[in-house]
Amino acid sequence: MTPSPARLRADAISAGYDNATILDGLSIDVLDGSFTVIVGPNACGKSTLLRALTRLLPATDGHVLLDGRAIASYRPKEIARELGLLPQSSIAPDAITVADLVARGRYPHQGVLRRWSPEDEAAVAAAMAATEITDLSGRRVDALSGGQRQRVWVAMALAQQASILLLDEPTTFLDIAHQIDLMELFTDLHRTGTTIVAVLHDLNQASRYATHLVAMKDGHIVAQGEPAAVVTADLVEEVFGLPCVVYPDPVTGTPAVAPIGRARVPSPTAGATR
Amino acid sequence: MSVDFGAAHVVVRRGGLSARLHLRTLVACLALTAALAAAAIVALSLGDLPLSPAEVVTALFGADDGFAGTVVREWRLPRTTAAVLFGLALGVSGAVLQTLTANPLASPDVVGISSGSYAGGLVVIVLLGGGFTATAMGSLIGGLATAIAVYLLAYRRGVQGFRLIIVGIGLGAMLSALSTYLLLRARVEVAMTATAWGAGSLTPVGWPQLLPAAAVIAAALILLVVLSRPLHQLELGDDASHALGVAVERSRLALLVCAVALTAVVTAAAGPIAFVSLAAPQIARRLTGGAGISLAAAGLVGALLLTVSDTVAQHALPVPFPVGVVTVVIGGCYLVWLLVREARRTA
Repeated sequence: MTPSPARLRADAISAGYDNATILDGLSIDVLDGSFTVIVGPNACGKSTLLRALTRLLPATDGHVLLDGRAIASYRPKEIARELGLLPQSSIAPDAITVADLVARGRYPHQGVLRRWSPEDEAAVAAAMAATEITDLSGRRVDALSGGQRQRVWVAMALAQQASILLLDEPTTFLDIAHQIDLMELFTDLHRTGTTIVAVLHDLNQASRYATHLVAMKDGHIVAQGEPAAVVTADLVEEVFGLPCVVYPDPVTGTPAVAPIGRARVPSPTAGATR
Repeated sequence: MSVDFGAAHVVVRRGGLSARLHLRTLVACLALTAALAAAAIVALSLGDLPLSPAEVVTALFGADDGFAGTVVREWRLPRTTAAVLFGLALGVSGAVLQTLTANPLASPDVVGISSGSYAGGLVVIVLLGGGFTATAMGSLIGGLATAIAVYLLAYRRGVQGFRLIIVGIGLGAMLSALSTYLLLRARVEVAMTATAWGAGSLTPVGWPQLLPAAAVIAAALILLVVLSRPLHQLELGDDASHALGVAVERSRLALLVCAVALTAVVTAAAGPIAFVSLAAPQIARRLTGGAGISLAAAGLVGALLLTVSDTVAQHALPVPFPVGVVTVVIGGCYLVWLLVREARRTA
């Protein structure tokens, strides 16, 4: 077998809930060292794919492979040391402090006797430093703002020290400043060698931060590649059913999307590529 | 690099062993242990032959071969041991269920598991005329079946806390009705024994009932030492705990079985004792002040509550009452308060 550039890959997987099949024979390689962003309309199966990749939702057919081995054959803690996931909804126990919550991320490295090793302590401190929440460490999580709280959850996932981190709509409930803040943080993580897979809604942010963009519709991958190659007006219309103009982001030059909306004509001065 | 957790912690590291203990929880557990020892000594000293605490301690350590030694070791010790051990079991059982469901009302006595255990035991006594082991098995099966039924009936894309409570209270009421029906069908002497058992009393508990119960409790507690880590991880929600390497469904099932076994074995030996598993975890949570419920603290509070309640039931009232009556009276008030608070919060 030739070594794959992707430690994590899905091979013709099907997955769904109850009787509804959402993914049907989907294959994807998560390129090592990439910042992969998955976009697509609601209910296109992007979250389902993320869940299938982490075994949160077992594939009914096909395999998800990690280092060439089906993830179904791993022990739960073994996977958790390699694959981190920031789910859409997590619950902070009452009265828990920031450091306490971040320390929960060390679970896959701990055992009945080994509950708080020096490595655990160093990992928690490093995760809080990377997310700039060291100052908050003794505060109660329920007293934090939404943006701070999301950073705490990210820190928990970082303390896990997985080399591949999956993020399910990590910026959804945040204001624009906190969204950018968090995306920059993920970019820093990506630069330090973590492979990142994120499901995002905002196409402009996806194009700006992704090294590899995956567009999904109805449980299938419609297009993937560099954002500049993937995000075109035709593709956005095909995937989202949204007529739009794609123009270069004035800051980064990456593709940006301006929806046309009802009864509006694109201005010829906008540098349209439609 | 040392991490600020917002509250004092004690870090223990020796060889392959390492742990981080919340200081206030540690202190609370030590204080509770001391209080429990004192309560147990008081319980052992009271009775027709009043003894001083010093005499009790002497008798306990076998230095008294006289009458006082016999009274303490043979007559009173089984009952006090039962109070401590059963209180411990009930407190831990409640803490596990309340943590699993993230709801302070979800204790085995409220969600019908005690009623299920009682009904299960009654079926064995009335229909099969079983002895202690068979009754205990009946209680265990009854408790487990009730837990599973409540879980399934309350399940709608996950189990939401309040629905679980309502379903549990409903099912518990139906099972109580079944128990009453069984008692009406039973022969008088069987019904009388069963009724006395149903009030929840430590009076009939001697070493022969205590030892098998102690074995089950010990086994469940040892398992819980291992399972307490996934239990607290489950507080983060299913997705997050799964992502952190918890075998979610398997852990939850094992925890549920442990919690039910702890309640069922106590019910089998002493009848349904209400309130302890409901209140102990919440009292422990307020004492320790940390995140989540410490199983050790909840167990110790439970042991203290039951030991004190049993002492009150035996000695403070003009006529000795079953301890279940005392705990029900206190627990009823507490339950009303909790329900009101919970209903306000949900509304």
